[in-house]
Amino acid sequence: MIYVKNLHKYFGKLEVLKGIDCHIREKEVVVVIGPSGSGKSTFLRCLNKLEELTDGEIVIDGIPLNSETNVNAIRREVGMVFQRFNLFPHMTALENVTLAPQIVRGVSKGEAEQIGLELLRKVGLSDKAHEYPERLSGGQQQRVAIARALAMKPKVMLFDEPTSALDPEMVGEVLAVMKDLAREGMTMVVVTHEMGFAREVGDRVIFMDEGIIMEEGVPEDVFANPRNPRTQSFLSKILSVGVPSE
Amino acid sequence: MYINWGLAFESFPILLQGAVVTLELTAGAVAMGLVIGLIMSLAKLSSFRLLRLVATVYIDFLRGTPLLVQLFIVYFAFPPLFGFSTPNKWEWIAAFLALGMNSGAYIAEIFRAGIQSIDRGQTEAARSLGMSHGQAMRYIILPQAVKRVIPPLGNEFIAMLKDSSLVSIITMEELLYRGKIIVGRTAQPVPIYIEVALMYLVMTLVISRILAVVERRLAKSDIR
Ligand SMILES: Nc1ncnc2c1ncn2[C@@H]1O[C@H](COP(=O)(O)OP(=O)(O)OP(=O)(O)O)[C@@H](O)[C@H]1O
Ligand SMILES: [Mg+2]
Repeated sequence: MIYVKNLHKYFGKLEVLKGIDCHIREKEVVVVIGPSGSGKSTFLRCLNKLEELTDGEIVIDGIPLNSETNVNAIRREVGMVFQRFNLFPHMTALENVTLAPQIVRGVSKGEAEQIGLELLRKVGLSDKAHEYPERLSGGQQQRVAIARALAMKPKVMLFDEPTSALDPEMVGEVLAVMKDLAREGMTMVVVTHEMGFAREVGDRVIFMDEGIIMEEGVPEDVFANPRNPRTQSFLSKILSVGVPSE
Repeated sequence: MYINWGLAFESFPILLQGAVVTLELTAGAVAMGLVIGLIMSLAKLSSFRLLRLVATVYIDFLRGTPLLVQLFIVYFAFPPLFGFSTPNKWEWIAAFLALGMNSGAYIAEIFRAGIQSIDRGQTEAARSLGMSHGQAMRYIILPQAVKRVIPPLGNEFIAMLKDSSLVSIITMEELLYRGKIIVGRTAQPVPIYIEVALMYLVMTLVISRILAVVERRLAKSDIR
């Protein structure tokens, strides 16, 4: 589904990604962890071309990312959920969800609303369809953002720390939606430090540090027996600080 | 010297007609400025270098030279420059063109600031949903920017209303020009110019009152 080969990314002279290789299979849920500044967000953003790659290759669902012509086509297939939700504040929850299908995919308004209401129901927000984002809690906003991305019927969903801007009591409701998605077979790449989530639905954990993949493997193995010393020290840090594991 | 205050009353209807012309001229110029300003701000934020260059030159030139000089260039220099003979009511056309082009440069900067004040995350969310740059602008950025540019646009309207008095020099029959004519005939500058000033003042005060109400409404329905 996603092939990444020797991905390099520079911001000016700063090399942020130093040769990433990985292959993400269909229906796989990959959890990316790593210290701040290690390039996790940059990696995700390269996957839907919010950042230009400096070097290397990414192929998503058979389409190489380098060709300038089909950026929008790629983005249609790759949904993204941001740390800070980024809902459109001048539109209701339902309008947030139904806009892109209409103007990008050419779906009729009626059909888009039908799909949109169904998605809002799925994330547990049927009753908030006509609310504006400012009247929603952080957890509710993030669930609308997930519904908005799903409305484009993407083949892959990218999540960049979807719960780290949330109050602790709202983390669970967002993770629950993501778990449902994973069980339905969505291909997902998730940057998160929610270890409970990684254990429960993650097929693989990738530990990134200083722009490379230091270690990867089945969550149980990586968490229980990290081989790389950097992974060990990172895990001991976040586990001892007690990042809420759900 | 005898000051004929009564003249202020006699002249009022004529000056009032001039004030209407001033308002029409200002509204027309700002309307033209809105169109030019939108185009120039989008050009300035475009990823095409040539478009950015054109917008920069336009904006810098019109903001960096006196409006009166621009008016003379349009009124006197455009006909020989572009090889046409001045049509009927040329002073009207020249006044609209000069004020509109000038206003366009200021409004372009207002729009650019408004667009850039919208959080980057908005563009990224729109783009991540597959929207083109144009769609993201049209559906996401501009509707949010509109609210933020209304107050500075109101100030621009008021500034343009006052600056429009410059076109009296090219015989455009707006408020100040009519005042000048009356003074020429009656040799009574005191009542007439004071009256003209008060009429400008009333117009700008009324407009800024209206603006204040609009802004309060916008603040109430915040974000939406
Ligand atoms: N647009 C940019 N311009 C310049 N440098 C950038 C830009 N975006 C990110 N960086 C730099 O790239 C490095 C990696 O950033 P990135 O956001 O990918 O890290 P991260 O692993 O997501 O960190 P965090 O856990 O804090 O979100 C950082 O040093 C950051 O300062
Ligand atoms: Mg990040």
